[in-house]
Amino acid sequence: MSLLAPLGILGRFVLQVLAATGRVSLFAFSAVGHMLRPPFYAREFGIALLNVGWLSLPVVGLTALFTGGALALQIYSGGARFNAEAVVPQIVAIGMVRELGPVLVGLMIAARVTSSIAAEIATMKVTEQIDALVTLSTDPMKYLVAPRVLAALIVVPGLVAIGDVIGIFGGYMVATGSLGFNQAAYLANTVNFLEARDIVSSLVKGCAFGGIAALMGCYFGMHSGRGAQGVGRATKGSVEAAAVLILAANFLLTGVFFSL
Amino acid sequence: MITLDKVCKRFDDNAVLRGVDLTIAKGSSMVIIGGSGTGKSVMLKCILGLVTPDSGTITVDGEDVTRAERDALLARFGMLFQGGALFDSLPVWQNVAFRLLRGALARPRDEARAIAIEKLRRVGLKPDVADRFPAELSGGMQKRVGLARAIAAEPEIIFFDEPTTGLDPIMAGVINDLIREIVSEMGATALTITHDMSSVRAIADHVAMLHDGVIQWTGPVSGMDQSGDPYVTQFISGSAVGPIEAVR
Repeated sequence: MSLLAPLGILGRFVLQVLAATGRVSLFAFSAVGHMLRPPFYAREFGIALLNVGWLSLPVVGLTALFTGGALALQIYSGGARFNAEAVVPQIVAIGMVRELGPVLVGLMIAARVTSSIAAEIATMKVTEQIDALVTLSTDPMKYLVAPRVLAALIVVPGLVAIGDVIGIFGGYMVATGSLGFNQAAYLANTVNFLEARDIVSSLVKGCAFGGIAALMGCYFGMHSGRGAQGVGRATKGSVEAAAVLILAANFLLTGVFFSL
Repeated sequence: MITLDKVCKRFDDNAVLRGVDLTIAKGSSMVIIGGSGTGKSVMLKCILGLVTPDSGTITVDGEDVTRAERDALLARFGMLFQGGALFDSLPVWQNVAFRLLRGALARPRDEARAIAIEKLRRVGLKPDVADRFPAELSGGMQKRVGLARAIAAEPEIIFFDEPTTGLDPIMAGVINDLIREIVSEMGATALTITHDMSSVRAIADHVAMLHDGVIQWTGPVSGMDQSGDPYVTQFISGSAVGPIEAVR
């Protein structure tokens, strides 16, 4: 009996993971279905665009700027060990566009937007505002979830593109300002080195990470427990899930784009 | 007419409703009384379809609520929630006119605003409240806004979930009078759940007592004091001695 106990624990864990995966998948399919079928709530969509996109610009911009600068310093310092300091523009560009831009923007969106969506919807749930929506003949999936997920799918690739450019600019500022790189040569090396596949992968990752961030916020908010503790748990859980899923999706998408 | 027939609902090991039978006549005001946690809110949410019963049937004018076209069914209802459940992100007038700004009952924005202001006036609030946000209002004002939202689309059936909870006795009396007046002038069917006996006497035509998952007693409000039912007698008197267990 005692020998089987660990197997039982493992089995229960696997079942829980599979059940949670199923619930999240069904929720995601439902959200997509509601995005495609009327009625559409233009005001809610506009507010979501503003919150996810415009209001995230400062944190995304600053994160990318400092990361690009630090990346230039690291590559210069590391490259000096084998006389490869000249590759700073290329590695900053490829590092920002392929990996750091999308991942950092995704994680910033998870911290800023996922938490905010989860807390807002969870509070609406515990104060019966979700029930009130239903009694007012309004489907919460359509009114609360679909506009937020759609806005994130559309606007986060744009944020990633802006983050990529600002990150490269951060590297450019450090490299030309304190590492002695020629300005025109730095820009030419950056532009010439990047391929269309790098940029496409960056934007696709942005779309996927935006969708994950908004979906997790909505899912945990809609399934929040009671009271302040329920709201807190929903918020924490949403950010944890979004961050882990973004990193896992990044690994998968990197494999899809660059392992062939 | 709303009819509940042997409605049961269980949450895990907790059987909240164990076979509720109740009939609410069209145009009447029924008040459900009972202690905290006896399933009054669950029963109300079952009628609205917010909670699905495990067994039993609920019909509105003969139509099974689980099979009815949902939007059409809900368009017949208005509801005042216990905490108001006003949408924080919307100004008061948009809360009141929520149903009139979208969906099948949508009206032009100016017309919806005018109706909202008229409903706010009906519940004793001035037009300047219309552009404020719910967080800027007192508890009593939030209840009034919730009441205005419940009646904005002139529903046939209105539910009131603990309408006086958290209000001082004077404000509770004002809300009770408003509910009675509005239900009478609209000719609506009203279902109220409360444990405030002053609300019961002010609002009810008929009273039903829910205890232990079933309706223990039902009858006209005039017969409540002479019901002879030990549960109702104990509840009305507020005594700790009787068949209802009082945990201390």
